[in-house]
Amino acid sequence: MAYSEKVIDYSENPRYAGSLDAEDPCVGTALVGSPRAGEVIKLQIRVNPATGLIAQARFKTYGSGPAIAASSLVAEWAHGKTPDAAALIRNADIARELSLPPLKVHCSILAEEAIKAAVKDYQSKIDRKAAA
Amino acid sequence: MAESQLPVYLDYGATTPCDPRVVDAMVPWLRAHFGNPASRTHAWGWEAEEAVEQARGHVAGLIGADPREIVWTSGATESTNLAIKGAAEAYEAKGRHFITLKTEHKATLDTMRELERRGCDVTFLDVEPDGLVNLERLKAALRVDTVLVSILWVNNEIGVIQDIAAIGALCRERGVLLHVDAAQATGRVAIDVQQLPIDLMSMTAHKTYGPKGIGALYVRRKPKVRLVSQMHGGGHERGLRSGTLPTHQIVGMGEAFRLIQGEMHEVDVHARMLQQRLLAGLSDLGEVIVNGSLEHRVPQNLNMSFKYVEGEALMAGLHGLAVSSGSACTSASMEPSYVLKALGRSDELAHSSLRMTTGRFTTIEEIDFAIQTIRATVQRLRELSPLWELHEQGVDVDAMQWEAAHQE
Repeated sequence: MAYSEKVIDYSENPRYAGSLDAEDPCVGTALVGSPRAGEVIKLQIRVNPATGLIAQARFKTYGSGPAIAASSLVAEWAHGKTPDAAALIRNADIARELSLPPLKVHCSILAEEAIKAAVKDYQSKIDRKAAA
Repeated sequence: MAESQLPVYLDYGATTPCDPRVVDAMVPWLRAHFGNPASRTHAWGWEAEEAVEQARGHVAGLIGADPREIVWTSGATESTNLAIKGAAEAYEAKGRHFITLKTEHKATLDTMRELERRGCDVTFLDVEPDGLVNLERLKAALRVDTVLVSILWVNNEIGVIQDIAAIGALCRERGVLLHVDAAQATGRVAIDVQQLPIDLMSMTAHKTYGPKGIGALYVRRKPKVRLVSQMHGGGHERGLRSGTLPTHQIVGMGEAFRLIQGEMHEVDVHARMLQQRLLAGLSDLGEVIVNGSLEHRVPQNLNMSFKYVEGEALMAGLHGLAVSSGSACTSASMEPSYVLKALGRSDELAHSSLRMTTGRFTTIEEIDFAIQTIRATVQRLRELSPLWELHEQGVDVDAMQWEAAHQE
């Protein structure tokens, strides 16, 4: 399958690959997808308590080039945003930015799911802390 | 690799290059010696017929057959069609039941499906986890109305070698015909139809350093196997397969089979050395699975799955390497290989498999390049893989519950 130059670039030279400490109270972690479906994305964000902005975003992805590219791009976009703003990242924008072919649009949907789940995990940690 | 920009070719199971000596033998039959072997009235025809008969002798020679038992076809697919459909029609009075394996080549599976559409009953047998036939299961599947059993001698994807002697003996005992698809077997395993109870055998030239577009069907004379022709016309090949014989192709197949007969031993030794090197070079990546029996396998084939990496990304990462994957055969739909599924592999392990097939022209340097490329790609993708990370942390990834909702 022929992919856009951006997909090839992001999948061969991924930005923001790696892991953050999931136990850190400022880190939100998402693990979405399934091996059987062909894609699993782990996305993590670390929010700087002083600024309220996402200071770090890291991903690890099991999947094809477009899945890796979409994960890398969503991590890049989340960087420097507030968690609320990051949760507004739209899959359509990811798909457009990477010129994903129709058969691979689900990768952008999974990437959106990942950032939303990471933000939700972070929020639940904050809420639990507030309640305690 | 240095003098060529072409990728390293490890896909001999798909097709082999023509041996240069084969090409040399073919060319005259395209130039001055262009006659139709069926022309009886002039020298062009006579010499072409002689060349065709000489080639028939070479093909027969490789398998221990009588030349009169060789029927020229366009390849193994046509041979298989002729064998199965031809026997189904010829033995209709005996019965309408057929047996084959789930791991057969599409040429057999699709032909059997056609028989089903015509009202026949076909049993598609499971294989053992190592890809081999379970003889007891085969025995139990045989019926009084079973006409024919069709078995792939050397599996095209996993290279496992079926025990044709035992299968044939079982068929003989029950009076059932045995068709063997030997497309991947010629030049790789020793074949002697005088010793083996094979009734029909499909062959092709292009997997054994001959040209594409030519094959043959072995049809046993004693005891005689009857077939109904599937290609009607001028009555060539004793009425079994009409159509003008392509002299140059036939000469090419004959020469390829003649050459491999004399050189099989050295080809085999070379292949074994390469297979061991490739296996050793990839095994210590860890979490790799060899698909199919290693023991009962042609040395030219290695098929491995790499856990925790995704198949498409793996394939895309192998720059400079021409191999097949467990989803390449039907790649338009990205369906996982039905052969690997039949061995019990999951979809993801089937997708993340590589079929590496070597040949007589494969070098040690090419194998080392392949090892290096595959290792680097698997390691890079595992570094990126959350599944590998979980595995490294001691989590049993296979036992995890995944939400698969988003896919539907």
